[in-house]
Amino acid sequence: MSKPLSWRAELRRQLGRRRTLWMIGIVVALPLVLVAAFSLDDEPGRPGDPTVRLVDLATGGGPNFTVFAFVVSAELLLFIVAALFAGDPVPAEASWASLRYLLTAPVSRARLLTSKLVIGFLSTATLVIALPAWSLVVGTLAYGPQPFSILGGGELPWAEWLPRMAVAVVYVLVMILPIGAFSFWVGVRSQTPLAAVGGALVLLIVSGILDSIDALGDWRKALPGHYSRAWLDLLVSGPVDWTDLRHGALWATLYTVLFLALGYRRFRRQDILS
Amino acid sequence: MQRLARQRRRGAVASAAVAALAALVLVAAPAGPASAVPAAPSAPGVVPAESGVRTTDQMVDVGPESDGTAVRLDTRLYLPAGTGPHPAVLLAHGFGGSKESVDKEARQYAADGTVVLTFTARGFGRSGGRIHLNSPDFEIADGKALLDLLGSRPEVRRDGTGDPRVAVAGGSYGGAFALMLAGVDPRVDATVAAITWNDLATSLFPQGAEGSTDPGPYKQLWGARFFGASVGSAGGATGATGPAGATGATGPSSGGTGGTTPAGATSPADVLCGRFDVTLCRQLQDAAETGRPSPALLATLHRNSPRPTIAEVTAPTLLVQGESDTLFGLDQADANAAGLATAGTRHAVRWTDGGHDGASSNPGLDEDAARTWVRTYLAGTRTDALPVPAFTYSLPIPRRTDTAPVATLDTYPGLRDGLEQVPLRRPDRPAVVLTPPGGQPSSMTSIPGLGATELPTYRLAALPGMSAAFDSTVLDRSLTVVGTPSVRLSVTSTGAEATLFVSMWRVEGTDAVQQRSLTTPVRVALTPGKATDVTVDLPASVWSMAAGSRWRVLVTSTDSSFTTPREARADRITLADPVLEVPTAQGRIAASSTERDTETLALASAILGLLAGITSAALLRRRRRHREAVREDYADIPLVVDSLVKTYSDGHRAVDDVSWRAERGQVVGLLGPNGAGKTTTMRMMLGLITPDSGSVHVLGRPVHPGSEVLGRVGALVEGPGFLPHLTGRQNLEAYWAATGRPAEEAALDEALAVAALGGALDRPVRTYSHGMKQRLGIAQAMLGRPEVLFLDEPTNGLDPPQIAAMRPILQSYAATGRTVVVSSHLLAEVEMTCSHVVVMHAGRVVTAGPVTELLASEDTTVFELASVASIAPARAALAGADGIRSVEVVDDPTKPTVTVVSDRAREAVVRAVVESGAEVVGVGSRRHLEEVFLGVIASSQGPSGDGSGDGDGAGSIVERLRQVRAR
Repeated sequence: MSKPLSWRAELRRQLGRRRTLWMIGIVVALPLVLVAAFSLDDEPGRPGDPTVRLVDLATGGGPNFTVFAFVVSAELLLFIVAALFAGDPVPAEASWASLRYLLTAPVSRARLLTSKLVIGFLSTATLVIALPAWSLVVGTLAYGPQPFSILGGGELPWAEWLPRMAVAVVYVLVMILPIGAFSFWVGVRSQTPLAAVGGALVLLIVSGILDSIDALGDWRKALPGHYSRAWLDLLVSGPVDWTDLRHGALWATLYTVLFLALGYRRFRRQDILS
Repeated sequence: MQRLARQRRRGAVASAAVAALAALVLVAAPAGPASAVPAAPSAPGVVPAESGVRTTDQMVDVGPESDGTAVRLDTRLYLPAGTGPHPAVLLAHGFGGSKESVDKEARQYAADGTVVLTFTARGFGRSGGRIHLNSPDFEIADGKALLDLLGSRPEVRRDGTGDPRVAVAGGSYGGAFALMLAGVDPRVDATVAAITWNDLATSLFPQGAEGSTDPGPYKQLWGARFFGASVGSAGGATGATGPAGATGATGPSSGGTGGTTPAGATSPADVLCGRFDVTLCRQLQDAAETGRPSPALLATLHRNSPRPTIAEVTAPTLLVQGESDTLFGLDQADANAAGLATAGTRHAVRWTDGGHDGASSNPGLDEDAARTWVRTYLAGTRTDALPVPAFTYSLPIPRRTDTAPVATLDTYPGLRDGLEQVPLRRPDRPAVVLTPPGGQPSSMTSIPGLGATELPTYRLAALPGMSAAFDSTVLDRSLTVVGTPSVRLSVTSTGAEATLFVSMWRVEGTDAVQQRSLTTPVRVALTPGKATDVTVDLPASVWSMAAGSRWRVLVTSTDSSFTTPREARADRITLADPVLEVPTAQGRIAASSTERDTETLALASAILGLLAGITSAALLRRRRRHREAVREDYADIPLVVDSLVKTYSDGHRAVDDVSWRAERGQVVGLLGPNGAGKTTTMRMMLGLITPDSGSVHVLGRPVHPGSEVLGRVGALVEGPGFLPHLTGRQNLEAYWAATGRPAEEAALDEALAVAALGGALDRPVRTYSHGMKQRLGIAQAMLGRPEVLFLDEPTNGLDPPQIAAMRPILQSYAATGRTVVVSSHLLAEVEMTCSHVVVMHAGRVVTAGPVTELLASEDTTVFELASVASIAPARAALAGADGIRSVEVVDDPTKPTVTVVSDRAREAVVRAVVESGAEVVGVGSRRHLEEVFLGVIASSQGPSGDGSGDGDGAGSIVERLRQVRAR
């Protein structure tokens, strides 16, 4: 007799869902769409114009393309993935009315959340890792295997770029966790899938707005998403400055633990009325 | 966002300008210093201050000007707390400052327990005299007089008669003063000289061509700043040079700037020179106009420098110099250090990232070093070991941090140590650099005083046709360049003398940035048309050259900071040697220099605290969980509901002290109108809702969220719930998988037989009708053949044949010794299916028992009346009779009934009712459940048991029940 709601059982519950399939589809399509979009650009930049165009950087080899694809998707898409995969499962069960049957199966409240979180996290991680990996494949096939060119000049050889990119992927994964955890908490509270994902997006947007207000000074460091671009610090020549990465990871951990704890606490005491 | 971050750092650097060293830094602001500070008492007076430091302002007589004008200096003495004698510190201010500009440092030194003397230098503020740029005859002689003053004070510790134990400290103008005073006066015991010069001539007319002693181009922007400051201060500093005998605070009417000038009159020299010494002023003005110094000026500048006397200094000396200082570069400190080394004097060199162009990013460290230095050598002897590392330098500020890492070495390596070669790529064609006629436009590589700003950019520096760029190859390893890089150029010019400006950049794509905003000018004599090799020493500084980066040597023909030739000229420039030679150092990065990462510490402790809180809360809960109440006496009873109470947060008491139980083999019907609390009770029976008090036990085990005994319970509550994207079969499988029990226990086929969905079983549930989902829900509840089955409205959505089919299924299920609890509104259905009923109303159980007992008994008689009007006489007749146990009235106008329970014989009861005049249309002994239901609810509504007559107020019982129970 295995534990109630084993990860395999939970995975089977989530895998065939439309939103899961959509997300996988978007991740698969995104690099292809980018390549197609870049191929439409036949204006090779005005001669003598020294400004480096983003397109030229992105199409300069597999690693460059990967970083570009990751930059554009780490901005919002991956946050949505995290919010969806972490925040949606519990309210989705509630909206299907199947939550009460899971709980009387019986699956203990904590076990239910843990299974849903583990599968949600694993799905998020899979997509966050798959996106750059797939982009690397597509980019290398489309633009060749030139090493990564650093924005500030210089190049990162493959042997150096790959491990750094791996760390960057892990960092981004850590950075999107608080949004997922927040979405999870809101989902557990409200029992509405829309509120869970929407709430997380609102949090992200509001924190982005606040982050752009210079007057807030150092207070902005506490905003989730403030350090979300710190992984670009990894893609520099020479030694890596870990300060912002460390701060970002710690803030993310703090918020993740906080929101997860709030979610568990709430669900343990909650009367299931759905 | 990256750019934002960088701007943020800059903002922080700028705000750090409050730092102590920044106050030592020459004040380039043109405002008159005297007008900028509060007027100090003119007469000697004692001002007690905080921390026990007392200050005394005093005008001190010093040597006269060359024209005989008497000069007094504005001084302030800081006396520390405690009884003396104390060692002393003489603090000198920067160009354009006054004694007020070093007040903060003075108080710090005084708080350290030293007597501090500050003064306003000759030619500034309220002091008299003219500016001679630290002439040994004037300013330095003044310093001796100030040492005499300190030697005469009883508070000051003495090494001999008139020889105070004293340190001299200052920055820029004051730094040179300190070094020169220490060079001519052996009474000085320690010196701190910050951001100052060794030779004023080479500072103002720098020359980057190695081996050349010819003065280079004039630093015109810095020169202009000094004149601006001085001329600007001339009007504001009225009475600064008072006639002999005046207190020094003379009124505006005596606003002459020299004793010989009649009051109110101003000569052109005064207007143009401010308080500069007139001779020096004219020489400087000539130099600014021609771009070349006269021999007389050179002689004066050489003399007004520490250089001639530096070898005489015996006082241990701390040299602090800025790494991106466009006025006094590191070469000046290097020359001073070389002089001190020759004399064998103890000294340490400290390179900070501050200077005349910006504040240090580590002001606290710089300040600590100076104070440590002064404290050590004031307390000990001149031969004591160095209290600070012999060489300290600051690395460029890493991206997105605020402070520069600081590295140290045990010996000062000079500017050309640890040479490495960075290969340069020869351009395909030799570059021709044009000097336009008139020397305009000018390249901009640095703006004096604004070194830390974003400007100028590469595009302002590398003007097309007027510049040549030599790029390095990509660096294969990281280098820390500490000192003077050099490059060997070959210049072929159309002129007899070439003036060029060389700077170093890091290539960033098509752009380039300067890690240090520094430019070195080169002026070489050559034969026109003939190639001449010249080795160019770039400005000394510290660079971080990361592996993978590419560097560029930029040669320009003009630079706006310098006076450049106005004749048109073209120079062909090639690399004589395709290498950039860079000195390197591997210092220890001082731990104290890396800012303590409070953010990390705070966050890490917050996370740990949170985790600790969560863990302890979980442990507490686990301990409490172990105390759950297992009731062994209930072990054989499938379901015991005991005194359940649930009040919702809105105050609605949905369930109020509900108790009942179900035995094996029973099919229990849970009845009640809407809002009676049936569903809430059922949810509490399943642990979905936590009761406020009371308990539910299944087979003796308490029910709470997640209790394992729920595995022996199957349930359908308020409609089925399925994953719409899975088929019916997959849903049942997924549900069973969620229980974690082995698949063979599921009895899936049995359940599927109940559902009877046929081929629809393999269609996604989202295509199902309501009834199909309902049947699948019942099947799911029966998965694993649970010992207790809770079915809430199981017949909802089923058609009559299906309802009829469900009846034997439930009965046979219970017949195996299991228990079924059914809640339903279909009373007839319950009557046929259930063996027992529990009737709830308004949150309470109003009756419970076997169906047969409720429906029929010997002592019960049911009268069906013709009309509601007949109820009253019937009641009246029964009320008076003996042996009547209860009278239930259902005032349904279509079928009014009166149910009588009595000890009397039925015929007697019938007779009594008929005789009362009630029109009886039927008499029976067995009631329908509906009648029982309505009857018990009617009687449970308190006094309305006899209130059927007041039906006009509340309406009939049926009508009242039809209304949703008010919350």
